[in-house]
Amino acid sequence: MSDEKKFAGYICTGCGIGERLDSSQLEMIATREGKMQSCKQHEMLCSSEGVQMIRDDISSEGASHIMIAACSRRAKVEAFNFPEVAMTRANLREGVIWVRPDAPEHQETTQEMADDYIRMACAELRSLKLPHASGEQSLNKTILVVGGGITGMTAALESAAAGYPVHIVEKQGALGGQAAGYAKAIPTRSPYKEPRDTGVAEMIAAIEASGLITVHLNSTVAKTAGAPGRFNVDIATESGAVSNETFGAIIQATGFKLYDPSNLQQYGYSSSPDIVTNAELEKLVKAAAGGPVKRPSDGKEVKAVAFVQNVGQSSSEEGQLSYHSGIGDLIAIKQAMYFKDQNSDCDTTILFNNLRTPGAAGEDFYRAGQEKMITFSKAQVSEVVPGDSLEVKFQDLILDEETSMQADLVVLDVGMMPNSGPDPYAVPIVIDEKAEAASETPRAPTVTVDSILNLDYRQGTDLPHLKNGFTDSHFICFPYETRRTGIYAAGPLRRPMDMRQAQDDAAGAAMKAIQAAENAGKGMAAHPRAGDLSFPSFRMDGCTQCKRCTVECPFGAINEDEKGYPLFNESRCRRCGTCMGACPVRVISFENYSVESVNQQIKNVEVPEEFDEKPRILVLACENDAYPALDQAGMNGVEINPWARVIPVRCLGSVSLSWITDSLNSGYDGIVLMGCAKGDDYQCHFVRGSAMAHERMDKVGDTLSSLNLEPERVVVYEVAITDIERAPKLINDMAETVEKIGLSPFKF
Amino acid sequence: MSDLNSAMTERYHNSFLKEVEANVEEGEWVKMCMQCGVCAGSCPLGNAWEHTPQKLFMMIRAGKREAVLSSDAMWMCTSCYNCIARCPRGLPITHIMHGLAHYAKRLGLVPKNQPTAQFSQIFWDNLMKKGRVNELKLGLAIYFKDGFGQGIKNALANKQLGQNMMKAKRMNAMEFFGGHSIKDTGGLQKMIKKAQEIEDAKIQGNS
Amino acid sequence: MAKKEVSYYPGCSSQTGASSSNMMRATQTMCDELDIQLNEIPDWNCCGASIGYGGGGELPRLTLSARNIALSEQHNPGQEIVATCAACWLSTREAKERLHEDANMFRDANTALNEINLKLNNQTPVRHMVEVLVEDIGFEAIKAKVKKPLQGLKIASYVGCQTNRPFGIAEESFENPVYLDHLIESVGADSIPTYEKKVQCCGGALAFSEPEKSQEMIHGIIEAAYDHGADLIATPCPLCQANVEIYQDQINARFGSKFNMPVVYYSQLMSVAFGRNSKDSALDGQIIRAKSLEEIAGK
Ligand code: SF4
Ligand code: SF4
Ligand code: SF4
Ligand code: SF4
Ligand code: SF4
Ligand code: SF4
Repeated sequence: MSDEKKFAGYICTGCGIGERLDSSQLEMIATREGKMQSCKQHEMLCSSEGVQMIRDDISSEGASHIMIAACSRRAKVEAFNFPEVAMTRANLREGVIWVRPDAPEHQETTQEMADDYIRMACAELRSLKLPHASGEQSLNKTILVVGGGITGMTAALESAAAGYPVHIVEKQGALGGQAAGYAKAIPTRSPYKEPRDTGVAEMIAAIEASGLITVHLNSTVAKTAGAPGRFNVDIATESGAVSNETFGAIIQATGFKLYDPSNLQQYGYSSSPDIVTNAELEKLVKAAAGGPVKRPSDGKEVKAVAFVQNVGQSSSEEGQLSYHSGIGDLIAIKQAMYFKDQNSDCDTTILFNNLRTPGAAGEDFYRAGQEKMITFSKAQVSEVVPGDSLEVKFQDLILDEETSMQADLVVLDVGMMPNSGPDPYAVPIVIDEKAEAASETPRAPTVTVDSILNLDYRQGTDLPHLKNGFTDSHFICFPYETRRTGIYAAGPLRRPMDMRQAQDDAAGAAMKAIQAAENAGKGMAAHPRAGDLSFPSFRMDGCTQCKRCTVECPFGAINEDEKGYPLFNESRCRRCGTCMGACPVRVISFENYSVESVNQQIKNVEVPEEFDEKPRILVLACENDAYPALDQAGMNGVEINPWARVIPVRCLGSVSLSWITDSLNSGYDGIVLMGCAKGDDYQCHFVRGSAMAHERMDKVGDTLSSLNLEPERVVVYEVAITDIERAPKLINDMAETVEKIGLSPFKF
Repeated sequence: MSDLNSAMTERYHNSFLKEVEANVEEGEWVKMCMQCGVCAGSCPLGNAWEHTPQKLFMMIRAGKREAVLSSDAMWMCTSCYNCIARCPRGLPITHIMHGLAHYAKRLGLVPKNQPTAQFSQIFWDNLMKKGRVNELKLGLAIYFKDGFGQGIKNALANKQLGQNMMKAKRMNAMEFFGGHSIKDTGGLQKMIKKAQEIEDAKIQGNS
Repeated sequence: MAKKEVSYYPGCSSQTGASSSNMMRATQTMCDELDIQLNEIPDWNCCGASIGYGGGGELPRLTLSARNIALSEQHNPGQEIVATCAACWLSTREAKERLHEDANMFRDANTALNEINLKLNNQTPVRHMVEVLVEDIGFEAIKAKVKKPLQGLKIASYVGCQTNRPFGIAEESFENPVYLDHLIESVGADSIPTYEKKVQCCGGALAFSEPEKSQEMIHGIIEAAYDHGADLIATPCPLCQANVEIYQDQINARFGSKFNMPVVYYSQLMSVAFGRNSKDSALDGQIIRAKSLEEIAGK
C-alpha cells in the first residue's frame, strides 16, 4: 500500500435508509463537499458482498480512508472491521431515521440531518491518521504480587496456572497472611453447614511446588518505576539487601488490618484478657488444638461465650468505622460453632443488632448455627464489665428491656480496614487557577502510613483511594482496575470481603494483570479501550509547561522532565484524552482523535442562516454511556430533535474548551455535553474524566458572557447507559430553551 | 406448683429452650426463628397478644420460662395460619402456639379463667364423651363456665342468637338430651386413652 | 361425565341440626348435579378442629384424625377423602402429613388405633371439596351446568383462613386466592376482585371465647363487603359462614351498624344456579335470608 491517502465513501441503503433518505444526494455531498474520491451505494453494506466490495477497494484500489454511512458505529463492528485503514462512520440509522418520524412534513429536516452527518464523517476522516503502535512497547510476562495472604497466593497461583511467572513479595516471614492464624474458615460449598479448613497449607505447598513462583519473604517494595510492560521494582529484604526485578504488571493484595477497639471503653477490651477480638479468638482456638478453649486470664475452660457484634462499625461516631465489614456475623457463627462442636452444652450467644449473612453460604450457615443451638439475641450491648465472670449488659431489642448475661469469654466483632498505602489525592485536586500551584505536588496524606508500592510517579507513591481508605476501583463495572494502569488491586484492599470473595477477586485481578502485560507488549491500551493502538502525542514546541495534563491525567501516565515538560509513559495511558481536553494550547492529539478531528466535524455542519429558523444544537456525547443510550433511544423509537448534531467523544474529559468557543462563534444555538456519573459513585470509565470536564465547564460561563450569550446555551449532564428516555429528552429540552431565548446572533 | 412443673423445672434448670424442644409440639423449631417479626405483624389478634409469637420465641431462648408458660398470649391464636404462610423460616408457628398452650395446661400454669383455655377444654371433653361435638351442649357449657349467675347473663346475652339458630333449624334443642354421637364411643375413648398414655409416658420420661 | 365417588367426611358442624347443616344439604344438591357420589365415612369422629389442643395433646389429636383415615381406608378403599369443612380438611390433612413425616408418631398412632383393631396405612389423599371442583370438574364444566345464571348479583368472595392456609388450593396465592371469584363468575354473578377482606381471619373458634375481639374483625369483613356494594358474601368455610352471619345482631349493637348481609356457601350459589329450588339449596337455613337468591331460585 502506498502512503498516498485515498478517500472512499460507502452509503448503505438498507435498513430503511434508502426509503427514508435521498441517497444520491448523500452521495453527492460525500464526493463534492466531503471530498471522497469515490462513493458507492449498497443495499446491504454489512452483507458479505458489501463488505467484500470495501475489502476489494482497500486491496486493489488502495483506499486508505473510508467513510461508512450506515448504522451506528456501535453496530456491525465485526463486519466493518478494517484495521488496515482509517475509518469513520456516519450514523444514519440509529442517529437519523430511527429518531425521526417518518412523515412528509419531517422529510426535509431529516434529510438535512443525514446530509450533515455525511459532511461530519467525511471531515473527520480527512483529519485522521491510521494509528500505529509507538514501537516503545516491551513484553514482560512476569507478574509481581505484593502481599502473600489468601488473595496474593491465589493471584500468584492463578497467574502461574496461566503460564505467567510470578514474584510474591511478603512482608512477614511466612506466607498465609491473616488466614494463617485462623482455625477454620466459613464454608464455601453446599450444604454450608460446617466450618471448613482454611486451605492455607495447601496453597503454600502449591506455591512451593510451582516452578513459576518466586517468593520474597520478609521483603517490601522499595521502589516501583516504569510502566506496564516495564515496571522496574526494587525489592528490599529486612536485612537491607535490595534486588531489582522487572515486571509486566502488578497485583497489590496487601489485605486488611483490624480495627483496634481499645478506645471504646464500654467494651473493656483493654481491661480484661478475657475480652478478645474475633481474630484473637482464632488464635485461642488454634492453640486449643481441638480440645476445649481455655480463656487467657486463668486457663479455665470456656463454658459460656458471648459474641458482641458490630463493634465500632457502621457508626457515625468519630474514631469508628462508618461502614460495616459485612462478614463479622458469619465469622461469629463460625466461631460459636467452634465451641458447640467441642461441647454442645457450651452457651454461645451472639448479640447482634442487624444480622448480616451475605453470600452463598450465608443463610444456610446461619440456619446451621441455629440448629446447633447457638443463641441469637437482637441486642444493643452497652457495657462489658470485667471480672471473674464477665458481665455483658445489653438492651434486648426484641423484648425491649435492659438485661445482662454472664460469660467466661467475650469476643468483639471488629471491622476490617484496608492495608492501603497513603492516598496521593488525600485532598481532592482543585483545578482552579489559584489552587493550582498548591495542587502541583500531592498533598500529604491525612493518615500516616508507610508506602507500599513506592511508585516513582509524579502523582504520588501509591494507589489512589476512593473512600474510607479503600483503593479506588469501580466495584460494579471495572473491579480490580485501579487508577494506575497495569497495577491491580484485589481482596480486602478494595472493600471488606471474606476469603472466598478475596479468592474470586484475586483470580480476576490475575487475568487483568496478564491482559495488561500482553497489551503493553503490543503497544495497545488497557481497559476500557483495550486494543487501541493510538496514544497521545505532544507537540512539545508549543507546550507552555502549564502541567495541566500531568495533573489531570486520571491514571498518572504523565511525569515531568527536569525542565517541566510532560514526560509521557505510553503504556500507563488509557487513551481517554483527558490530557487533550486539558491542554490550553492544544498540543496534545491522537492519530485517530484530536482537537482538529472534532473541530472539523463541528465546522462542517451546515449552520442555516438566522431567518431560516433552523437552530443547530451540538451534542458531545461520551461514547461509553451517553452515545449508546442515544443509540438505544433510536432502537426504541424515541424521538430526537432534528436540530441536534451528535458527536461521540472518548470521554467528556477529552472535551476541549475550544470546541465550545468555536461552535458558539460559528452560530450554534445550544450545546449539550453528556458524560458519565462522577463523584464517589462514579460510572465514568476513566474515573475522573467526567469530573474534570464538569470542573472545566464551570469556566464556560466566562466565555458565554464575553460573547454576550445566555448561560443556558451550554449544559453539562451526567448520563447513564440506561437513560434511554432521558438522554433524548435532555437534547429536546435544549431545543425548547433555544426556542425560548431565541437563535444565536453569531450566524453568518 | 404442680409436680410435673417442678420436675420439669428441675430437669431443664438452665435451658427452657431444651425443655420446649423436648416437650412442646413442634418445639424443636423455636431455635430456627430469625426474629424477623413477620409473624407478629401478620397475627390478626396481634394487638391483643401479651407477647407476639416472635417475642415468645425470643423469651424461650432467653429462658423466661414462667413468663412464657403463664402468659395468655398463645391462647389468643385463632389458628388463622397467616404466620405459617408467611414465616420466611418456615416455622410451624400455629402448631407451636397450640403446643405451648397445651404444655402450659399440662403443667397447670394457665392463667385463671382464660376463656379460650376453658373453651378448648370443654370442647375436648364434649368431643371425648360422644366422639362428635355437640354444639348446643358446647354452647351451654360455655355460658355456664363461670358459674350459674354469670351463665344466665351470658345465656341471655346470646338468647336472640340461639333462637335465631333454632328457627333456622341449625341448632336443635333436642341435641341437649342426646344428640349426635358416634356409635363406637367406647372404642374412641379407649383409643384416645392409649394415645394419652403414650404421650404422658414420653413427657414423664422427659421429666 | 363418569360418576365420581369420594369418601366423604362431613364433620360435626354439618350434622343434621348443627350450625352448618344447610351447607351439607346444598353440598349434596351440588354433588348430585355434578355427578359426584358422596360415600360418608362410617362412624367418623370429630377431628378436634383447631381448638381441641387445650384438652388434647399432639398424639391424641392426630389419632382422632388417624381413626377417620383408617376407617375410610377400610370402608371406602381407593377413594379420596373429601371434606367440606375447612377445619376438618386441615386437621385431617395435617395429621396425614405429620404421620407421614414422623415415623415414631405414626407408630404411636397405630398403637392407639390397635386398641380398636384399626390400622392406618396413610396412603389416602385428603382433599377439600373446592379442590375437586376446581381441579377435577373445572370452571368450564360448572359453567355448562348453569341453568339460572345469577345475573346482576354482586358477591364478595370471602375465602377466610383455613381453606387458604397453610395448604390452600394449588396454584393459588395465600394473599389473594382467586378460585372463589372464578366460581362466582362461573355461575353468572359478579365477583369483587378488590375485596380486601378476602382472607381476613374471622376469629375462628375464638368467636366463642373472645367475642369482642372476633366481632371487631367480623365487623371489618362485612363493612368492606358493603363498601364494595356486595349483595351477599360467599364462603367455602362453615366456621366463616357461621361467624360472619350469626353475630350480625350483636355486631350491630356493639358498633352501631345496620348490617344485614346474607352469607352463603359456594354450594348454595351453585345449587341455585343449577336450577334447584330454595329448599334443595338450603336457603331456608339462612339466619339472614338471601332474598336475591331466593328470587332466582323461585323463578
Ligand atoms: S445493519 Fe447497518 S450496514 Fe447493515 S444494512 Fe443496516 S444500516 Fe446497512
Ligand atoms: S452501565 Fe456503565 S458503569 Fe454500569 S456496567 Fe455498564 S458500562 Fe459499567
Ligand atoms: S489523560 Fe488519558 S489520554 Fe492523556 S495521558 Fe492520561 S490516560 Fe492517557
Ligand atoms: S497541558 Fe499542554 S501546555 Fe500544559 S504541560 Fe501539558 S502539553 Fe504542555
Ligand atoms: S395462626 Fe395463630 S399465631 Fe399464627 S397468625 Fe394466626 S392467630 Fe397468630
Ligand atoms: S415469621 Fe418466623 S422467623 Fe420471623 S419472627 Fe416469626 S417465627 Fe421468627
